[in-house]
Amino acid sequence: MTILLLLSFLSAIWVPYMPKILNKYKGSVLASLPLSVFILTLARGTGLTGMTSTSTTYEWIPQLGLNITWTFDGLSYLFLLLVSGIGTLILIYANEYMKHYPDKDRFYTFIMLFMASMMGLVLSGNLLVLFLFWELTSFTSFFLISFKHEYEKARQAALQSLLITVMGGLALFGGIILIGQMAGSFEIADLMEKSGEIKSHRLYVPALILVLAGVVTKSAQFPFHFWLPGAMQAPTPVSAYLHSATMVKAGIFLLARLNPVLGGTPQWMILVSLIGGLTMFIGAYLSLTQTDLKAILAYTTVSSLGTMVLLFGIDTQASIEAAVLFIIIHAFYKASLFMIAGMIDHKTGTRDVTLLGELWKPMPKTFIFASLALLSMAGLPPMLGFIGKELIYEAKIQVPDIAIILMILGVGSNIFMVWVSTMLGYRTFIEKAGGMPKPPNENGWRMLLGPFVLVLLSLFFGLYPASISGFVEPAISTILREPATVYLSLWHGFNQVLLLSILTVATGFSLFLLRKKIIPVLKKINSALFSIRFADVFNKLIIGFVSLSKKKTAVIQHGYHRFYLMTIFVAATVLIWFQIYYTRGWNVDVEYTRQPYYVIALVIIMMGASLITAIAKSRLTAIISMGVVGLGIALLYLIYSAVDLAITQILAETLTLVLFVLVLQKLPRFARLSSRKSRIRDAIIAVAAGSFMTILVLKSFHVNYNHPISDFYVRNSLPGGFGENVVNVILVDFRALDTLGEITVLSIAAFGVYSLVKLNKLKK
Amino acid sequence: MLALLVGVLSSTGVYLLLRRSVLKLVLGIIFLSNAVNLTIFIAAGLVQGKPVFVSEDAANPADMADPIPQALILTAIVISFGLVAFTLALKYKYFSLSDTDDLDELKELEE
Repeated sequence: MTILLLLSFLSAIWVPYMPKILNKYKGSVLASLPLSVFILTLARGTGLTGMTSTSTTYEWIPQLGLNITWTFDGLSYLFLLLVSGIGTLILIYANEYMKHYPDKDRFYTFIMLFMASMMGLVLSGNLLVLFLFWELTSFTSFFLISFKHEYEKARQAALQSLLITVMGGLALFGGIILIGQMAGSFEIADLMEKSGEIKSHRLYVPALILVLAGVVTKSAQFPFHFWLPGAMQAPTPVSAYLHSATMVKAGIFLLARLNPVLGGTPQWMILVSLIGGLTMFIGAYLSLTQTDLKAILAYTTVSSLGTMVLLFGIDTQASIEAAVLFIIIHAFYKASLFMIAGMIDHKTGTRDVTLLGELWKPMPKTFIFASLALLSMAGLPPMLGFIGKELIYEAKIQVPDIAIILMILGVGSNIFMVWVSTMLGYRTFIEKAGGMPKPPNENGWRMLLGPFVLVLLSLFFGLYPASISGFVEPAISTILREPATVYLSLWHGFNQVLLLSILTVATGFSLFLLRKKIIPVLKKINSALFSIRFADVFNKLIIGFVSLSKKKTAVIQHGYHRFYLMTIFVAATVLIWFQIYYTRGWNVDVEYTRQPYYVIALVIIMMGASLITAIAKSRLTAIISMGVVGLGIALLYLIYSAVDLAITQILAETLTLVLFVLVLQKLPRFARLSSRKSRIRDAIIAVAAGSFMTILVLKSFHVNYNHPISDFYVRNSLPGGFGENVVNVILVDFRALDTLGEITVLSIAAFGVYSLVKLNKLKK
Repeated sequence: MLALLVGVLSSTGVYLLLRRSVLKLVLGIIFLSNAVNLTIFIAAGLVQGKPVFVSEDAANPADMADPIPQALILTAIVISFGLVAFTLALKYKYFSLSDTDDLDELKELEE
């Protein structure tokens, strides 16, 4: 399995480097890969009962519970067959469809990447790995939707679907981590063992909601359904593959996968079936008023996905059976219908049903396939869709509490389905044409192959339903975690379900006959009801978010130097004051040792000088008083036994003064730039900052200063450094490297100064 | 007393830093660095009249002033001098180019 997956990924990279001779047949050549996967899977799947599952584990980051586990069981078997089988057909189809597109290579690369990630997704037995592939499908589908990137609409749709699915992905990731926290493992097999533990955990509901958010976004459930019709901007093979059979099914797959772990609780039932039911109904309803072939199909897809979610929500044996069967049915008819829509678009140049018509004459084969697929979608015998629908009805009847609501929603949306199917077939193939851009003709075999195979299968399984149970049973029993046998037949006998079916079909047909009167009304209702369009709301949200962050940036990064400084000082002051207050640390009992009178005098002079600097109007005054302070500090150093410091301070101070005087003549006078108000404000901040410094110094007397290091220096200064002045010895001997660094800094500063001044002169 | 001095010095420093004039900004840097130096110096404990000179008949090290903070401060003084020198040059240059002493105007020039 690993090898096959790797091969798929590699083949994606290989696409642009394929020999030129193959250029025309790239799709067909690449199709051999999923085909071989399909055959291999079939071979491995024979004799697979629901309860067997083989996994291979490679340790990746075992400390994080991250192992690459491939699980091959009933569920992944079924999905793998779908992904690879339909993938094969789609690639052959694309070979023809994409013939005249530029950048075919890009298309093939991404669709192969997507296929490989999808296979990885259904095979992974570790939730984290599953998530990885989940995101990969989101990304690759972004590139596929935006394939026609020169169109604004395509870019927008791609971005929209990416944002939605990735947001959901993030939620899913959160959910996965929560599950991992609860169970202590990310291996799905382990999770199943601990299912009871998880369900009773207090984090169960948040985890469930997060996981469902992932499912809902990925599988285009209400209220996130709008990205799917938007994604119809992609080339048709992409729509047929991603948005009918695979990517949107990823959410369904996850539901099925996690059903044994999370399912079965009331919360699960209510949340999942409610979302599913609503989506089912809304999707079917919205499809009625569409005129674009692909848009109609997209909305019916939304509806079908809703049905699947609903069925997983009901969570009885019958519903799971129905769901699994419906996954197959839907993949069959929807992929073929999408391919047919693509063909029609290809041949006639339009997808608008109001323009299309009378296609049964020029495209008889297409017509037959399409009508069979539509029969399946409408749920009529003898197609597989009929069996599926019967099963779904049966499942819904069995639901204890909310049966009636579900029944109404279900029958309603099925009526819509019948309606829309007949309408689709009639308007495209039989009704008089409204003027097509190109005269149509029949399609080549490559394009017809896909629908042909799928429709045939659908018909075959419909007539011989027993033959499909070999595929369905393992999956069902994997989900139910007990052996299941499914008895399927076209004729269930005359019962409640059949009655419902007849009712559905009859209503659907009569509505179809009355369509000319109803559709305009519906359109009016729609335009009133859906004046708020979800897609627009979503776009506005995104735009709002961007502008919000712009504003935020403008507020925080305002560009005024002194306000940055002020923020820093205020924050520091407030924090330290808070700390002082909090620890009651202002009770500093310092012995106020009396300093000699000359020290006190000096300090007073310095304070005065410093204040003068602060408020001085003349530059000279400010600088001179600054000099006073500097020299005063030098004196203090001298008094308190720091001779070297005093010397350095005096030197530095003198130099600074000289510098100032040099620069001074070239500089403007002090201007009073700030208003009185801001000066007072700054003064308050400054006093606050200064006073905490005072307290800090007072407190620092209490710090037990560590002497050993100093003692070491003092003792070793003479024997080790041959110097009597310990400070000097430290600087030039013990910490010589630091001093070297210091010298470097100074020389850099010197260079800087020199070049700045020099540059100036050159300019003049 | 000395603690109070540190407070006043750093207040002055902060106040000057918050001004719009670049020249005052430079002055603020000087004051603040002086204040911090003094803080370190005081925190190490004050010893009067006993510089750390050792000779063969070394006295008890505990009696002497602590050499480490002095070494640190010495470095700091030199570095801050370098900083001031550089800032002044920058300021000089910037004034001759932009003709303004105002930081806010500088921002507007950028834009």
